[in-house]
Amino acid sequence: MSAALTVRGLVAGYDRSVVIDGLDLEVADGATAVVIGPNGHGKTTLLRAVSGLIKPFRGEVELGGERIDGMAAEAIAKKGVVHVMQGDGLFVEMTVEENLLMGAFPGGSWRGRRAALKRVYSELPAVEERKGHKARTLSGGERRLVGLGRGMMRQGRLLLIDEPSLGLAPVAIEAVYAVIRRLRSEASSAIVLIEENFTHVGGVADVVHILEAGRIVRSGPFAELAADRTVVETYLGSIAEAPS
Amino acid sequence: MAALSEPAPAAPAAPAAVLEARGITKLYGGLRAVDGVSFAVAPGEVLGIAGPNGAGKTTLFDTITGHTFASGGDILLAGEPIRGTKIHHRCRLGLARTFQHPVAADTLTVLENAYLAASFRRGRTGRRSRSDDVAAGQAALARVGLEDRATVPAALLPVYDRKRLMIATALATDPLVLLLDEPFGGLSLGEIDATMALIGQIRDAGVAIVCIEHVMRALVALADRVLVMHHGAELFAGTPAEMLKDRRVIDVYLGAGGSGAA
Repeated sequence: MSAALTVRGLVAGYDRSVVIDGLDLEVADGATAVVIGPNGHGKTTLLRAVSGLIKPFRGEVELGGERIDGMAAEAIAKKGVVHVMQGDGLFVEMTVEENLLMGAFPGGSWRGRRAALKRVYSELPAVEERKGHKARTLSGGERRLVGLGRGMMRQGRLLLIDEPSLGLAPVAIEAVYAVIRRLRSEASSAIVLIEENFTHVGGVADVVHILEAGRIVRSGPFAELAADRTVVETYLGSIAEAPS
Repeated sequence: MAALSEPAPAAPAAPAAVLEARGITKLYGGLRAVDGVSFAVAPGEVLGIAGPNGAGKTTLFDTITGHTFASGGDILLAGEPIRGTKIHHRCRLGLARTFQHPVAADTLTVLENAYLAASFRRGRTGRRSRSDDVAAGQAALARVGLEDRATVPAALLPVYDRKRLMIATALATDPLVLLLDEPFGGLSLGEIDATMALIGQIRDAGVAIVCIEHVMRALVALADRVLVMHHGAELFAGTPAEMLKDRRVIDVYLGAGGSGAA
């Protein structure tokens, strides 16, 4: 398989502060990579540098072998990168359905919008319940679900998801991860998913990467990292007591 | 940390509530976002609030703090009716809150944020004293462990520091009641533990705490009682242990794998 995403020697951050500091990452077509790490160590910055929301200081980002670093965010989106951000980034005066449709705008996905909407509604019934409501009337958690739904409105080559469990009720986290598992099994897009910890990602990851101080410090299958005592003590603290 | 390992002193008798909400209702057109919710919380007590996304938890907070006005019901803070009063009035009476998204005045430094908040603190006299505000702000930063970041612009703080700054600005107002909206969201496991210890210390100092949270491990450990909301109304009220076994709560909120440890 070719790589959907290749990152080499990435250095990125804000103003003069370097957050991502020489990071390498490769994600195969259709594969799901989960990036775990403590807060403030660069997980969100990594996604922002890939999708072009910030310009990398140095290094290379390739989508399917083509350099995309330095391109404008909208150009990168057209090439097939879909970014489900941590801040939901919804258009607050538009309805839920209008917000979803915005996700079908780039890269010639507009013709398939009806089928895509139907799919989002069947996967996320809580979103369909609110489809006629303006986004500003939604709760924080509901907005997150709409953000994920918008990310499912087009078939990208690479789907970036920033902390899908954040702000969601336990039952909603289960629902969201069920959706992500189905997206993964279809293997139509490669997925890079970020979480603070391992609690929810066991059945989702082909590879888990641990990001610390701006670099990937460990990579491996979930089972391998979960069997590593040092990793467990540092990052998996709660897994022993978790029910699933 | 120490505060969590030491058992809380046994309450001699049920202390009087410092915040009491009676039949709070909030209507948005035909939607009953909050539907007749009542609760009371006493000094040194933690009341947890849980419920599915869109259940009305944050809207309930908004009616308590005055970010939106309740359509019906009564709110008593230290015995005084506050429904219909302005946000800053409630703040001066001893009500403080944090938000789901970590907000701060981004162009101000960490210390400037804290002493700006301290200028709204309970019992502050009309005579202005910037040095008193700064001292109160510094004390609040020390309580959350941010004193070393005092000169950093808030915009540059990572999420955990932003969340702690938000708690510090709330503490700088010297609250009787602290409302926390998802204080653990987005934190790593170690940060969750540290934040639990911090909230335990604030509780032990006699502040009444109301905490919206989805991280069940933290909510179950901290809360004396839990109120679960669904479609704006009370679905369940009781202890965390009772909540984890409640069939209705499991069905609409916790889910099959959500027995609380995660």
